[in-house]
Amino acid sequence: MIGPRIDLSEPGGIAVALLPELILTGWCLVLMLAVAWRHRDEEDQRFVGHLALIALVTTLVAVVWFWIRDVGPVGLEVMVALDGFRYASATIFLLGGILAVMLSLGYLGRERMVVPEYYLLLLLATVGMMFMGGGADLIVIFLGLELMSVSVYVLAGINRRSVFAAEAALKYFLLGAFASAFFLYGIALIYGSTGSTNLTFIYVQVTSLGLESNLMLSVGVGMLLVGFGFKVAAVPFHMWTPDVYDGAPTPVTAFMAAAVKAAGFVALIRVLLQGLAPADAVWTEAVWWLAAITMVVGNLIALAQRHLKRMLAYSSIGHAGYLLTAVASGTELGAAALLYYVFAYTLMTVGAFAILAASGRGGEREVLIDDFSGLAQRRPWLAFAMTVFMLSLLGFPGTAGFIGKWYILSAAVDADQAVLAVVLVGASIVSAGYYLPVIMAMYMKPPISEAAHETTRVGGAARWVVGATAALLLLFGVWPNRALDVARDGSRQLTPDVMVTVSR
Amino acid sequence: MPASVGWVWLVVLLPLAGFVANGALSLLRPEAKRAVSAIGVGVLVLSFLIAVGVVGGVATAAPHSPYVLTYWQWMPAGGLEIDLAFQVDQLSAVMLMVVTGVSMVIHIFSVGYMGDDPGYARYFAYLNLFVFFMLVLVLGANFPVMFVGWEGVGLCSYLLIGFWFENNAFADAGKKAFIMNRIGDFGFLIAMFMIFHAVGSLSFVEVFEAAPGTFEVGGTTITLITLALFLGCAGKSAQIPLYTWLPDAMAGPTPVSALIHAATMVTAGVYLVARTNVLFAIAPVSSFVVAAVGAATALFAATIALKQWDIKKVLAYSTVSQLGYMFMGVGVGAYAAGMFHLTTHAFFKALLFLGSGSVIHALHHAYHATHRHEDAQDMRNMGGLRRAMPWTTGFMWVATLAIAGVPLFSGFFSKDEILAMTFVRGHDAGAFYVLWMVGVVAALLTAFYMTRMMLYTFHGPNRTGEQERGHLREAPWVMTGPLLVLAVGSVFAGLLNLPAILPGSGWLHHWLEPVTEGSAAYLPDLHLGSDTEWMLLGLATVVAAAGILGAWNFLKPAQLKPAREAPVETGIQRVLLRKWYVDEIYDWLVVRPVMWMSDRAFWKVMDVKVIDGAFVNGSATVARALGWVGSRFQTGSVGVYLFLFVMGVLILMRAVIR
Repeated sequence: MIGPRIDLSEPGGIAVALLPELILTGWCLVLMLAVAWRHRDEEDQRFVGHLALIALVTTLVAVVWFWIRDVGPVGLEVMVALDGFRYASATIFLLGGILAVMLSLGYLGRERMVVPEYYLLLLLATVGMMFMGGGADLIVIFLGLELMSVSVYVLAGINRRSVFAAEAALKYFLLGAFASAFFLYGIALIYGSTGSTNLTFIYVQVTSLGLESNLMLSVGVGMLLVGFGFKVAAVPFHMWTPDVYDGAPTPVTAFMAAAVKAAGFVALIRVLLQGLAPADAVWTEAVWWLAAITMVVGNLIALAQRHLKRMLAYSSIGHAGYLLTAVASGTELGAAALLYYVFAYTLMTVGAFAILAASGRGGEREVLIDDFSGLAQRRPWLAFAMTVFMLSLLGFPGTAGFIGKWYILSAAVDADQAVLAVVLVGASIVSAGYYLPVIMAMYMKPPISEAAHETTRVGGAARWVVGATAALLLLFGVWPNRALDVARDGSRQLTPDVMVTVSR
Repeated sequence: MPASVGWVWLVVLLPLAGFVANGALSLLRPEAKRAVSAIGVGVLVLSFLIAVGVVGGVATAAPHSPYVLTYWQWMPAGGLEIDLAFQVDQLSAVMLMVVTGVSMVIHIFSVGYMGDDPGYARYFAYLNLFVFFMLVLVLGANFPVMFVGWEGVGLCSYLLIGFWFENNAFADAGKKAFIMNRIGDFGFLIAMFMIFHAVGSLSFVEVFEAAPGTFEVGGTTITLITLALFLGCAGKSAQIPLYTWLPDAMAGPTPVSALIHAATMVTAGVYLVARTNVLFAIAPVSSFVVAAVGAATALFAATIALKQWDIKKVLAYSTVSQLGYMFMGVGVGAYAAGMFHLTTHAFFKALLFLGSGSVIHALHHAYHATHRHEDAQDMRNMGGLRRAMPWTTGFMWVATLAIAGVPLFSGFFSKDEILAMTFVRGHDAGAFYVLWMVGVVAALLTAFYMTRMMLYTFHGPNRTGEQERGHLREAPWVMTGPLLVLAVGSVFAGLLNLPAILPGSGWLHHWLEPVTEGSAAYLPDLHLGSDTEWMLLGLATVVAAAGILGAWNFLKPAQLKPAREAPVETGIQRVLLRKWYVDEIYDWLVVRPVMWMSDRAFWKVMDVKVIDGAFVNGSATVARALGWVGSRFQTGSVGVYLFLFVMGVLILMRAVIR
């Protein structure tokens, strides 16, 4: 069955194709008005938060509607893509956004932060991500990237009373601006060599003009990789990550670790597969090394951390390495693996940060892994959920993390990158060295004091976040088939299906 | 395929359902004994009835090739394809009847025997689980499915031997059984690997079809395969050298001894040889090893049984000895004779064990009533029980006459057929005459020690104690009823396979022909002249009579003293009582060196120093140190970050530009 076809060559067609983004943008305007109207106290803030939740859910409905109807383009994808990959990635971003809002509802009040703009920024960042995942043109992707980044810079420093948050925001902004410059320069060079910023057209040009080893194109691709490498926190462009994750409010950290990183990866693999697949000789090796170094460094440094928040920050760098492995395979199987893993990773990261948020105060910077000692005695269900998250992050069989990792490994082996697969497995073994101590502390050590865990509480919406993420991780760990099929369908024909007649 | 055969999955699944239900009850409501009995016995009755239907279907259709019922693909991996499939043919039909029938009777007996035990629900859960695994074992259509059952019954055996695990010695007996069986299972596994390597399949039908073309007669490969298989059999069926666990297994409740350690599980090895008869027929050396080990075990265990005082130990060694006969049968190529003895033995040995259970039950209650702590299993504390327990005495005598080989009782026919077939093989190879002689001597000893057991237990004066005597009671009907059923079987099971000289002869032999015909080409014609046959029957009768009368005349129950006052044995008697010191020899030769190696070399050096120290802790330390070094770059200064960033850009550019 072929779904509705939209002609992207005329403005009306593009407007229809951008319906989900337009809906969310419209909601942003509504939220802006609401914030201007009510911004005095916690009550107002919750009201805005619920509005944001409604906004994200309605957008999700629109995306899913597009997805189910299998909306596609007539001819070339101009500016914006209309494929399963876009819908799947948008669903993941919206899911990440919904989980972050739900976490924030109780968190902001507890931390005595009254900043209703918070939710507006979260929505704007989500719009940016959707453009990143759905852009069929480097300029659209860059616009999305900037929209997302600027919003997240502000979110990182939204707690104006925290000096760490201010420091985090400033560092993030400085380094981010630096990286964006590389990104934009890369676009310029690619445009210079191919004459286009449209991904499919770049593909055609590279093939027909024989630009596979063109110097200008190569440098452009390298610059793009630097820009993306920064966004996804690949070593050695990762230095901002621990400081920013550490300083930002925990729900923002969760949002950054999950959705922001996911957006970076989705855009990266789209650019590489849809636009630069013919020049894969240029980028495969570079991505290969980025993946290997990121996995090793991220996991090793995480081993040395004693604070949970910093540990999770480094662990997210390690996971960026796993995802880069999927990218390095350069195949649609790799793209499918990436989609599945990003989905699972969103669930487990948000879940882990949700429990961190429940257990600490004041940004949770000071929560040690040992502070979880005896949690299983006092809060058995919370400890169980945390166990699920840790095991899933570790890639333990029975959890979605295992299936995702296995899928990445099979993509890597399929692309003759067995060495990278071995590095991934080795890095995973190292990661056991810091995930398992959390479980050990919860189950095998006595509580530090009588009063320990007295204040640990997941209230309201956060409880749903923890419960739903843990349940989904277990569900997709034992019944992954359907989700795997969806990921595979979404990634099918990401590489353009155009006949190119080479004439030299 | 007859419709009733399609129901065979229900035969298997019902005991599993019983296990689940009783297992849940044992955790949630262990005091609900009526529900436990209803479930535990109910599933077995249903299972038995359906099994009758299945076997009836096989009987009417008389298929030439087995029915294979494939349920789902279990392990597809490259060239290896293993289905979860059951195979119904004449051989599994025999086992189906024996297993469900005897299990049902013993489950009913257990209701009375275990009635007062606090672990009642747990007991029935284990027992149901055992039946499930045993049925998987006999119905499996390929080696791996059979192996699942094989391991499963081993597990249940372990759980039930150590059922009263509060007692350390009992728990140890369970462990001993488990470890001994593991040695055998190793052989089974090796055999499976080799078969897959040679044939490329593990399904029975395919392997037996391919075997004649794949293996040369008497070749090394097939000899090694069958010897490895027989190692598995020796473990499971308690043959030399792996038999020592079975007497210790008597630590379990007596119905368990009857079911698992006499009638069903321990005969799995015989079943395996019969099932793979094609393979064994191609390997004459292995077959001779099977027969020789069987004969040696039959005699060796019989000598030990002569001097045991524990009534269950006598029966345990008797079981080992009778299993030896069965292996002798399948070893000489008389597969039907081996299966025949397996069937008759299931009846009379189960009866003997349940009867001894009934005796122990009575003594236990008597001592319990007077609060004395005496050994309720020691025959020196029994004597003259026939006055208090006439029914049990009668049934036990029926079983004794059957096992001793008195004419017209079932054991007479089945044992005689094995000996006769061994004798026939002697025509081509003189060594079989030796095996036959050994078998005859063992038969004499069997008659002797069984009569001894009966004399000391039920005849002569009572030695239980003045006060206890009045408390000795016959068991309730729920226990004597099953005895009656088994006694009927012990008498009439011989009709299944009468000798050639009698009318209606060899029914089981013909029944099993579709299964064993593949091996017939490799074996000499096992036919006996009628003169020889009469001569052998006469000899068997004389031997049985000599054993029984000898014991009756030589032994003086009146001179026995209760266990507490009995004198210490000396000389050969002591050697026999201590079981030829085999346990001590094994301890000295195997257990102690292994323990020493495990303790000094493997644990304290290999594990603690090398694995834990160098590998585990060493690698962890290195990784942590590297992580610490890496974290030193995280200074917090944007300048440092930018520096590394630019370095990264340069390296990346180097990678991209070529």
